[in-house]
Amino acid sequence: MVGIVSFGAYVPFWRLSRESITPGAKGEKAIAHFDEDSITMAVSATLNCLGDRDRRSIDRLYFASTTAPYKEKQASSFVAAACDLPRHLVTADFSNSLKGATAALMSASDAIGAKTAAKVIVTAADSRLGAPGSEFEMNCGDGGAALLLGDTDVVAALEGSYSVSDQIMDVWRTQNDRFIRSWETRFAITEGYMKVTAEAVAGLLSQGNMSPKDFSKVVFYAPDQRSPMGLAKMLGFDPSTQLQDPLIGYIGNTGTPHVLLSLIAALEQAQPGDRILLAGYGDGSDAFALQVTEAIKDLNHDKGLIAQVGAKKTLNDYRTYLLWRGFLNPDSERVYVETLESTSVPAMWRERNRILNFHGSLCKNCGTVQVPPQRVCISCQSKDQSDEVRMSDKKGTIFTFSMDAVSSKVDTPVVIPIVDFEGGGRGEFYMTDRIPEEVSIGMTVEMTFRKLFFAEGLYHYNWKAMPVRIGNK
Amino acid sequence: MGGIKDRVAVVGMGCTKFGELWDKSPDDLAVDACYEAFEDSGIGPKDIQAAWYGSVYSGGSGTALARPLKLENIPITRVENICCTGTEALRNAAYSVAAGIHDIVLACGVEKLKDHYGGFSSLHNPQDWSRVDPFLPPVNFFAKIALRYFYRYGMTVEEGKRVLAKIAVKNHQNGAKNPKAHLRKVITEEQVIKSPTISYPLGLFDSCGLSDGGAAAILTTPEIAREMTSDYILIKGIGLCCSPEQTVLGTEFDYTHLDENVNSARMAYKEAEITDPRNEVDLAEVHDCFTSHELILYEDLGFSPRGRAREDVEAGTFTLKGELPVNSDGGLKCFGHPLGASGLRMGYEIYNQLLERAGERQISNARIGLTHNLGGVPGPNCAVVIYGRHD
Repeated sequence: MVGIVSFGAYVPFWRLSRESITPGAKGEKAIAHFDEDSITMAVSATLNCLGDRDRRSIDRLYFASTTAPYKEKQASSFVAAACDLPRHLVTADFSNSLKGATAALMSASDAIGAKTAAKVIVTAADSRLGAPGSEFEMNCGDGGAALLLGDTDVVAALEGSYSVSDQIMDVWRTQNDRFIRSWETRFAITEGYMKVTAEAVAGLLSQGNMSPKDFSKVVFYAPDQRSPMGLAKMLGFDPSTQLQDPLIGYIGNTGTPHVLLSLIAALEQAQPGDRILLAGYGDGSDAFALQVTEAIKDLNHDKGLIAQVGAKKTLNDYRTYLLWRGFLNPDSERVYVETLESTSVPAMWRERNRILNFHGSLCKNCGTVQVPPQRVCISCQSKDQSDEVRMSDKKGTIFTFSMDAVSSKVDTPVVIPIVDFEGGGRGEFYMTDRIPEEVSIGMTVEMTFRKLFFAEGLYHYNWKAMPVRIGNK
Repeated sequence: MGGIKDRVAVVGMGCTKFGELWDKSPDDLAVDACYEAFEDSGIGPKDIQAAWYGSVYSGGSGTALARPLKLENIPITRVENICCTGTEALRNAAYSVAAGIHDIVLACGVEKLKDHYGGFSSLHNPQDWSRVDPFLPPVNFFAKIALRYFYRYGMTVEEGKRVLAKIAVKNHQNGAKNPKAHLRKVITEEQVIKSPTISYPLGLFDSCGLSDGGAAAILTTPEIAREMTSDYILIKGIGLCCSPEQTVLGTEFDYTHLDENVNSARMAYKEAEITDPRNEVDLAEVHDCFTSHELILYEDLGFSPRGRAREDVEAGTFTLKGELPVNSDGGLKCFGHPLGASGLRMGYEIYNQLLERAGERQISNARIGLTHNLGGVPGPNCAVVIYGRHD
């Protein structure tokens, strides 16, 4: 039985009130911090999905996005390294289409069905830009999602799928565009989204001799709040009881991961035996039928989508949003003063185990943990006698900190804590998703993979500390 | 193993005015500092047998000193040890005299920070690691020290900032009396406390000046010095140590002291045979890059008991008229901090105080003076030099 073994959502900590964009507008949308992109959000979602599962058992990772930071350079290999997955791994990016997440899901399910893979991560993330003042800017939010697929311990079995490929210029972005474009909304929604999604759902139902009544929930991609309701009605579902809430009002349309995030919301509330219909959209549509199993009861989602929707900070400040997106800065992607943003590719490559995988060293002789890994132990001076240990899933405590008011116009103030990790080790990190007035000595922090800055033509990433967002603080 | 005590004499010193010296090149600073030392000692450039040139960013080899001074075909070494660089030039020069290799040597430190946009912050280090770690200006390290010190000793941030403000006020009082200092304004505690935050909890007036400047010393044996003049001082002790980034690699570091300070002082005190620094040291020039560092230095150098520096600050112990004046020339805070020159600039103040040439800043009956530098965060190095009168 091929299906979903675990799932993980990622909704950024920050929300922008729509009122701050246009007076009178309702609701809010999730916005990536200045240090987040589709790679970092996919990492956060994947880590939430993996929990404390053994990462050596993963044999594929698929990443889907329309906003991968690089046009040439795989994002999935970054995600895999930051998630400390084994090197013996198939990685692939599904790009350029909002349908990428369901295409990756299809591909993962096929591989597991064919026994060429046992455990596959499908992760998706997007941070799509609508032009300032546009409907897209109002609707689009940022986020990530991840599913772990396998054929044992399945919480939702994949029972069938039906796909449609379609070519229509409804929503697009050329290689030179910064903002999403579209044709007239009525054309895009009626001839694209509604008709094509309906075609895939109808195909799925007819193929499996099923009817809308057979499903407790239907999960659609949602370009806006209203269209999924029209689509549900058109297909014979009851929007008030069967349609999964499209998340637009409080997260926004997150693009490629959106259909997975809605599925996760459905799964977090599902009961064993529930049937869920899932349909993604973009250049066609992929539709799936899923059935929830007994195992859903044992799956912990304390840090899941619902929890993350609640753990937030809302900005009523459009200017900060523009600053984070680089619209108010002549060097649009600069975060810190110039000289802090210089590095060396060979040096980063040498240090990849600590920068991406976030390993420290554990001295086999005396047990001292050092971050980053050191060849000679600071406590017992033994040389080359250490094992690498993963630090990314350890919490820490702030020993002392500083808040630099002058080194960045974007990350202001730059909060730099000294973090003492549970189980040993100390490090100095940038701190993110923090409210400066709340930072204190003794505060518990967790680690998160973030983008540092763009310099020398490439993006630099590293782990940052942040206040514990959900759970024991 | 013999120490340095009484084996090397300082017979001449020079120091430029520090500041934003837009019209001075590194060569000008070297010429101005060294020629003051030449005139002071009566020793000319042709008498110099070897020289050490200290600079972090302004000049990459011994040629950087030979070129402006036209020193012909003598050994010159450029040294660098971050903020200890000036003292490092003096230390190497002193050891060559003590070793009996040379009779008369020159140590010179120069830094031209203000040719770089923004000064210190835009200087480039060699690229020897990835730099994906926070690599922010040094104020951030001393902000962490301040915060942890307040926390450890039960002060609120407001109380702690007032203690630090007294240190800044004191250094400005001294600097205002010094014609060569960069910043020569008397300030109030309220001004310090209300100054813009640079890195919480430290503000603009907790931070030292970023300056251009040069300083120089001429060293010889005590025997030669005695024949030349009665105006010379002796080196009594030198301590230097470099640490392996203990501030972040180990969890034992308490952020309220620095082992480098303690150990460098211990080495220098041992050589100088000082056992009770508070009573035996008459004045000190310490590395007050930020007020919080001067605060912990009172304890690290053995002037105040642990956790009690605040009492001494409030009692005025370290003011010009106090029991142990610290930074009588204004310190890094007001004199300024051109990295490679600072150690020798501190020596220049001690030299003038011990020879009773310090004018309105003169400390009566000063016989033993100490200089202290700290460089680099994390992974600091530290140098302490003790000078004494010869009589």
